[in-house]
Amino acid sequence: MTVLKLPTFAPSTLTNAASLIRILALASIAGAAISSRLFAVINFESIIHEFDPWFNYRATRVLASQGFTEFWNWFDPTAWYPLGRVVGGTIYPGLMATSGVIYNILHALHLPVDIRNVCVLLAPGFSGLTAWATYMYALTKELKDESAGLLAAIFIGIAPGYISRSVAGSYDNEAIAIFLLMITFYIWIRALKDGSVLYGTLAAVFYFYMVAAWGGYAFITNMIPLHAFVLLLMGRYSDRLYSAYSAWYAVGTLASMQVPFVGFQPVQTSEHMAALGVFGLLQLVAFVQTIRSYLASKQFQVMLQWFLIAAGVIGGLAIVGLTITKTIAPWTGRFYSLWDTGYAKKYIPIIASVSEHQPTAWPAFFMDLHMLIFLFPAGVILCFKELREEHVFVIIYAVMASYFAGVMVRLMLTLTPVVCIAAAVALSSLLDIYLSVEEPAKPDSNGVGETAPPGADVPADATVSKKKKKEVAAAAAAAAAITPATTATKAKTKSSTQYGIFGIDTRLVVVLNAIFMLVMFVLHCTWVTSSAYSSPSVVLASRRPDGSQNIIDDFREAYYWLRQNTPQDAVVMSWWDYGYQIAGMADRPTLVDNNTWNNTHIATVGKAMSSSEEVSYPILRKHDVDYILIIFGGLIGYSGDDINKFLWMVRIAQGVWPDEIKEPNYFTARGEYKVDDQASETMKNSLMYKMSYYRFNDLFSGSPAFDRVRNQQLPKEGPKLDYIAAEEAFTSENWIVRIYEVKKEDPLGRDLKTANAFDGGKKRKPSKPTSRRKALVA
Amino acid sequence: MPPKKVTPAVSQSTSAISGALQDLVQSYKDNTPKRVKLIDAFLLFIVLSGVAQFAYCVLVTTFPFNAFLAGFGSTIGQFVLTAAFRAQVNPATRSQFTIISPERAFADFCFGSIVLHFFVYNFLG
Repeated sequence: MTVLKLPTFAPSTLTNAASLIRILALASIAGAAISSRLFAVINFESIIHEFDPWFNYRATRVLASQGFTEFWNWFDPTAWYPLGRVVGGTIYPGLMATSGVIYNILHALHLPVDIRNVCVLLAPGFSGLTAWATYMYALTKELKDESAGLLAAIFIGIAPGYISRSVAGSYDNEAIAIFLLMITFYIWIRALKDGSVLYGTLAAVFYFYMVAAWGGYAFITNMIPLHAFVLLLMGRYSDRLYSAYSAWYAVGTLASMQVPFVGFQPVQTSEHMAALGVFGLLQLVAFVQTIRSYLASKQFQVMLQWFLIAAGVIGGLAIVGLTITKTIAPWTGRFYSLWDTGYAKKYIPIIASVSEHQPTAWPAFFMDLHMLIFLFPAGVILCFKELREEHVFVIIYAVMASYFAGVMVRLMLTLTPVVCIAAAVALSSLLDIYLSVEEPAKPDSNGVGETAPPGADVPADATVSKKKKKEVAAAAAAAAAITPATTATKAKTKSSTQYGIFGIDTRLVVVLNAIFMLVMFVLHCTWVTSSAYSSPSVVLASRRPDGSQNIIDDFREAYYWLRQNTPQDAVVMSWWDYGYQIAGMADRPTLVDNNTWNNTHIATVGKAMSSSEEVSYPILRKHDVDYILIIFGGLIGYSGDDINKFLWMVRIAQGVWPDEIKEPNYFTARGEYKVDDQASETMKNSLMYKMSYYRFNDLFSGSPAFDRVRNQQLPKEGPKLDYIAAEEAFTSENWIVRIYEVKKEDPLGRDLKTANAFDGGKKRKPSKPTSRRKALVA
Repeated sequence: MPPKKVTPAVSQSTSAISGALQDLVQSYKDNTPKRVKLIDAFLLFIVLSGVAQFAYCVLVTTFPFNAFLAGFGSTIGQFVLTAAFRAQVNPATRSQFTIISPERAFADFCFGSIVLHFFVYNFLG
């Protein structure tokens, strides 16, 4: 019995049409995923974003122009001056290698594309692939069906949680890593289902690619063993599990050690020991199973089981023992900070100072995932209903990723794929039920179905006027749902006639509601992407009163000034945030950059910034610093400036020189962080404060200067500079970037302060002339 | 590792153990196809080779650690790939693999070994 009559087609027509629609849907999903990431290019320009991408871009240029061997052996003397940096051995080269290969292929095809455009568009391109991989993953037929796969693909395609890291120009490791994560998981599930060595090896190869591309590979390193271990505990050992896991681990571990930055870590550090342990356990279990297959004796089997448990315990103890004796390196600080959120703040301020390492705020979940976040638990529960191997995987993934996403904002990225998959399963289950035209045969049903309005026959039609991509997905869902769900409902009807959906109105209410939510989701994603995640942060935008866009391009202005007006080997000191940008855009040596490998060096810069001029000057001279670059937002209200980051500089410096730099000294007596009259003396004397507000008063021609970031009035008398050039070298249009030149030692061997005083017309120390003048007057 | 594992008995009388062992050997001889026995011989060889390398590493030196890892990884990888292959072709366990035919299993085995030794060769240094 059906609610309404559907036109009937031959089964072959249905399957053909369904597969055609699927392909079209996937193509348009990839199109939607790519184009929604182009806001950044359209609103601004084709430019590399933020900080780390600038380094990746610079490294890629080296790779593209000098070849892979040169890149591999590249020693960069301009970074971490005077130490330098062995770039080839301290990076994950996967990203650069990928764009290098794409660049070379395009050039071999005589398409003279600029390397910059390859880099800018790499992330959107890979997001299309991610959508496909997610489809394959959710599809795997097993998890649910094609309609769930398509929904998952469109969700991951436009979910802001993933877009935030993959807009055009966001040329960072995550751009390709999420694709690799999904494809590795997909192949792993595939290998496990088939028990295939081929897929196990392929999973290892993609795992290798992932290791080469992103430090987050440790997530895979622990997820797959955890999955295998849980299956073992559930008593689901099979030779398929053995084949897939062993092939993945044996090949994958060896492969991961080929990346120089990873080195021997896979056999020496705690992060990788879980995988090794599960590998050993599987060998034992497999061995015992084999022996058991040759024996009938019950007693002996029991004995073997005891042997297995004992061996497992001994193996576990061995790993613990090796960890205690430091043969296996203990967990690194970054991992501790995942378990104890206060750890980083106490011991590794550099990690804690990065905003994306902060715990996630609740609104961020809604902002990044919108309605998916409340469909997510429903999807996970639906996984419990089936609980085959792949469902177990999704459940584990969901639990782990939820935890990590709560600990660190940036790990929202790893949560997004599983949320999309689980939400797709939930939504497509809902649609399956409510789009099915079958109605349970009930004795008292009075033919509601027959009088159904014809306009509602295929609910997917309702979406036509709405977003196109949604419609394609929904249509495919409808098409796919009709066949399998029909049979399912039929089977159900036979067993129990009590349950089911009656009438067309119930269906319409639910389906229209779902469509409404989907449309809201698309609108939300588009809005968030265009307004929040598409800013390059190298170029800032603001609105004029009339609504037109005002581009603030101070950063590039200043970097270009450095490039044009300073000698090639002039050393620029800045806080580490700007190191990569200076190297990339200004092409000048820097003391510290975003690769925060040397804490002491960073602390040195922090000390130079937070001490008084007399203390800083020797440090600056010892490091050959020619220019100091600072970011100052007080004039136009740019809140990410150095005065706001200043306390982190103090804290990091304090970690190394606790006797000289003390954080409380930078607060007022009442414990406030102020820059106005009440600011503490240490604060006012610090180099950072002086450089930030040097001659700031002049702008306000007599009236008191006002800092628009901190909303405070500055002291009447501006700070004076003695040891760095009295005239600042350069200040950008909106005062965001200020560059100062460090004075050389006085040629006459005087103290710079005295020399300055001399130039200022004061012949001797200030005390004497005053007394003499007094005498004269008298 | 086959021979060692059976010995650590909990509190059985020795005769029972040796009897069980004899049963095991007999049952193995009777119930294993020749081809699987050939695979087992290869497995045994790999185990011996791995034990020798490990003993060298522990007793003499770990010095070219990458070379040791490559060699040891090669034996371990080859062992598990062969063991998986054995499970896929062994009539006793074949039923678990619905999709993989013995021919496909051999092709998979070859592919896995080639990829494995590509990395081994690269890592030997």
